[in-house]
Amino acid sequence: MEGVGRMEAEGNGRGYLSERGWKSWAFTLDHKRIGAMYLWTTTVFFLIGGVFALLLRLELLSPQARYFSNHTYNVFFTLHGAMMIFLFIIPAIPSGLGNFFIPLHIGARDVAFPRLNLASYWVFAAGFLVIIGSLVAPMDTGWTFYTPYSAKSAAAVTTLSLGIFLIGMSSILTGLNFIVTIHKLRAPGMTWHRLPLFIWGMYSTSIIQVIATPVVGVTFLLLAAERIFGVGFFDPTKGGDPVLFQHFFWFYSHPVVYVMILPAMGIVSEVIPVFSRKPIFGYKAIAYSSVAIALGGFLVWGHHMFTSGMSPLANAIFSLMTFFVAVPTAVKVFNWTATLYRGSITFEAPMLYALTFIFLFIVGGLTGPFLGALATNVQLHDTYFVVAHFHYTMMGGTVMGFLAGLHYWFPKMTGRMLNEKVARVAWALIFVGFNVTFFTMFILGVRGMPRRYAEYLPKFHTENVISTIGSAVLAAGILVMCWNFLQGLRKGAPAPANPWRALSLEWRAASPPETENFPEIPLVTEWPYGYGTPKG
Amino acid sequence: MAHGTGHSRRAGIAVFVALLLLTAVTVLVSYVDLGLWNTVVALLIASVKASLVALFFMHLKGESRLVWGFALFPIVFLALILLGTLSDTMLR
Repeated sequence: MEGVGRMEAEGNGRGYLSERGWKSWAFTLDHKRIGAMYLWTTTVFFLIGGVFALLLRLELLSPQARYFSNHTYNVFFTLHGAMMIFLFIIPAIPSGLGNFFIPLHIGARDVAFPRLNLASYWVFAAGFLVIIGSLVAPMDTGWTFYTPYSAKSAAAVTTLSLGIFLIGMSSILTGLNFIVTIHKLRAPGMTWHRLPLFIWGMYSTSIIQVIATPVVGVTFLLLAAERIFGVGFFDPTKGGDPVLFQHFFWFYSHPVVYVMILPAMGIVSEVIPVFSRKPIFGYKAIAYSSVAIALGGFLVWGHHMFTSGMSPLANAIFSLMTFFVAVPTAVKVFNWTATLYRGSITFEAPMLYALTFIFLFIVGGLTGPFLGALATNVQLHDTYFVVAHFHYTMMGGTVMGFLAGLHYWFPKMTGRMLNEKVARVAWALIFVGFNVTFFTMFILGVRGMPRRYAEYLPKFHTENVISTIGSAVLAAGILVMCWNFLQGLRKGAPAPANPWRALSLEWRAASPPETENFPEIPLVTEWPYGYGTPKG
Repeated sequence: MAHGTGHSRRAGIAVFVALLLLTAVTVLVSYVDLGLWNTVVALLIASVKASLVALFFMHLKGESRLVWGFALFPIVFLALILLGTLSDTMLR
């Protein structure tokens, strides 16, 4: 944080970073500071989760368990999943970049409920402290907590559930705040069809957060009641139904993958027109497809359970609905591609990550229907094909979108420019490392290697070695990128207010923005995508 | 919101009495064996009670259409989770 403070001294005297001391952070009501706290916190968990991933890859260098016991391996993949999902990928864009940029995007001075916003951060902090506390008896159930094992495991399942319950509460508070903010605090003239597409993505995300998250909270309460009081909700020996747990869990956890991806899609929709110097193609189609994905995402949870013994009718319905939800997603990809067509494209780091998002997300997305189809799902379920598909959508998609956003908005958030050359080197390493790591897993999956085992048949050895080498390259890329961010914070060139010549409102604020964002609330007269035309 | 007026106080007391009566009905019905309908009746009474609380204690009555929309919208999702889960458990 010292670097941040120094840079501010050279910027605007009333900038949001001008106050010093821990109290100015711990008790701040400024959405930008709260967003920055989320970004720092979630990035730390991203790095810790990444270390667990590297340890998993290290173990898989050899067909036999060489470095860790099977139990330790189970703990590592559980912690990798739980940390990446609950402490990084769900909160990073919505609570971090969303908090920072929603008010700036809509021309507001802050979110609708600043105190609730601060409360959401501290509830989140309480949640991750409880999760860290659960490490005294670390979880080995996988991040999905499936019963009946999770109801019986000696690990600190109840403690970890409580931690995630708190994280979920924080997520609900943030979503609620954003919905009210977007409805009530838009600047004069900022009609719904002049909203930046990032806001449409965040609005759709917030709806899912508010509606779906309580379900997983209740599910964990039921699990706790079963563990503590022996009430038979999920354990068949007590009259429960383990598949019921899966229904409740995925009713939340499938929509929540759209909490992860929709904000990233919003970022891509912002970055593509700026670096193509063209108006976004199909604004309304992209905007409404966000809402359609959010709602459609509630209809497909059963596709995680095709091999769990569901009724044939439920299997067929959920398979059909899964194909439907692919439609609005494809609408977005076609519109981004059409925006690029005949644009004056430049390849600065934000654009590289946005294009990477589209490329990797297409691979991740198009491998989805293989898993959504009943016949192929039986073959591919619980193999590395699923791991590859998930990481192509979530890391290739959401994380690349997140990195696009971080590189795009870094000058606005910090008042400093990043070293572009280093950023491109980091991107190249990440791109190559990612594909080497995860494309190999598609092949492993199709050949039948099951996931979540520390040991495997020797015939899978070569691909696993390649994948582990890829993960090292990926880690090197992430390290170079982090080094670039830290160097940028400490001694990056001062950023002008609008280095990318973008049209959305946040670029009218100073870099870094003042405490209440704008000297005067702006009057909005046109949409934010009028690039290359005299008027939007 | 008409907090503290004589009219709203009377309405509040009436709703409170209604909630107590409905609670008594819930207890009494539980002693009558209606088979599967026991659950249905209990849920119906609970729904009426929740509606009274939302309408009067939480002031939904008299709110804008936007607030009504946000209040009713999640019921669709409740129906969804029930339907989706029952399509499995009833036909397995």
